[in-house]
Amino acid sequence: MHEMGICDGIVTAALETAAKERAVCINSIDVTIGVLTEIQEEALQFAFTVITKDTIADRSALNVTMLKARSVCGECAAEFEHGRFDAKCPECGSFVCSLLQGRELRIDSIDID
Amino acid sequence: MRVDIAKGILEKNDTLAEGNRELFARNGVFVVDLMASPGAGKTSTILATIAALRDRYSIAVIEGDIASRVDAEKIAAQGIPAVQINTGGACHLESDMIRRAVDTLDLSEIDLLIIENVGNLVCPTDFDLGEHAKIMILSVPEGHDKPYKYPGIFQISEAVILNKYDTVSVFDFNEAEFRGVVHDLNPSAPIFAISATKGEGVDAWVEWLVARIEAAKVVQS
Ligand SMILES: Nc1nc2c(ncn2[C@@H]2O[C@H](COP(=O)(O)OP(=O)(O)OP(=O)(O)O)[C@@H](O)[C@H]2O)c(=O)[nH]1
Ligand SMILES: [Mg+2]
Ligand SMILES: [Zn+2]
Repeated sequence: MHEMGICDGIVTAALETAAKERAVCINSIDVTIGVLTEIQEEALQFAFTVITKDTIADRSALNVTMLKARSVCGECAAEFEHGRFDAKCPECGSFVCSLLQGRELRIDSIDID
Repeated sequence: MRVDIAKGILEKNDTLAEGNRELFARNGVFVVDLMASPGAGKTSTILATIAALRDRYSIAVIEGDIASRVDAEKIAAQGIPAVQINTGGACHLESDMIRRAVDTLDLSEIDLLIIENVGNLVCPTDFDLGEHAKIMILSVPEGHDKPYKYPGIFQISEAVILNKYDTVSVFDFNEAEFRGVVHDLNPSAPIFAISATKGEGVDAWVEWLVARIEAAKVVQS
């Protein structure tokens, strides 16, 4: 469900850019997704095939780069990677951390003809 | 040929949310977005909040559901303006839906707008509606392990309401563990244990909300 809406945003942005460039075909679309968005790549790919049907992105590939979560510690300024849940500083054990990366939902570029 | 786009996928929603935010600020309306699973007690919490604050603020409600007008009717029965949004399958509200709903209200007459998001613990998290605060409600029967499974919604919420607190012993809900995990995920979010239908614990939640509303007024003026 969620992936449908996200995918709609991706395809809309790609089609708009392609139209501006007078493209006849979109070969690929590159996106970056942070793991904390809870987006499942498989569901996104499925939504992509549905949404691109009968568009010039019909046969394009969706290249997804998943980004790990990264935070910086508010106590000791250490930067560290973590999973969806364990945003805890490995240096000093503090939970007072600010997220640097992990909630991205970005369309990077498209490849067109 | 490669063409750079480098845009947020939800940029359209974010831009519209910014427009909503300006509209709310111009009219002095404080907006809360309540998020929870289906049946966690969003509507009951809104009714309890209305009962506590209706003499102090002029309140309106936007009800988001996949279908039906049931919740809006419950609110309207209290003499409170209620707009029902039916998303027709979509699992969350988006800024443009809020804008259309808001356009049917007289914002200049409203101090507090409460939005009941579609019952879902995942999707509403990424969609900015232009609200001042996102609040999440977990109900006791859902279990104390939910923050492990749905960390995102606990992280982006300004406060967490633990509803159906009257059932805490029936469901072996480990409150200490729940509070610990939520604190780890979001150290600044207060947790309010309430029984919306019985009105218990609602005072502390309402007191926090009033403080938040008054603080926003100072910033705006
Ligand atoms: N025991 C108990 N039951 C409650 C409490 N709050 C709500 N309920 C019951 O839980 C059920 C669902 O409450 P609602 O307020 O409709 O929940 P909701 O989240 O708005 O539900 P949807 O809009 O359908 O997703 C109702 O039968 C309520 O009476 C509570 O504090 N204690
Ligand atoms: Mg409801
Ligand atoms: Zn540290």
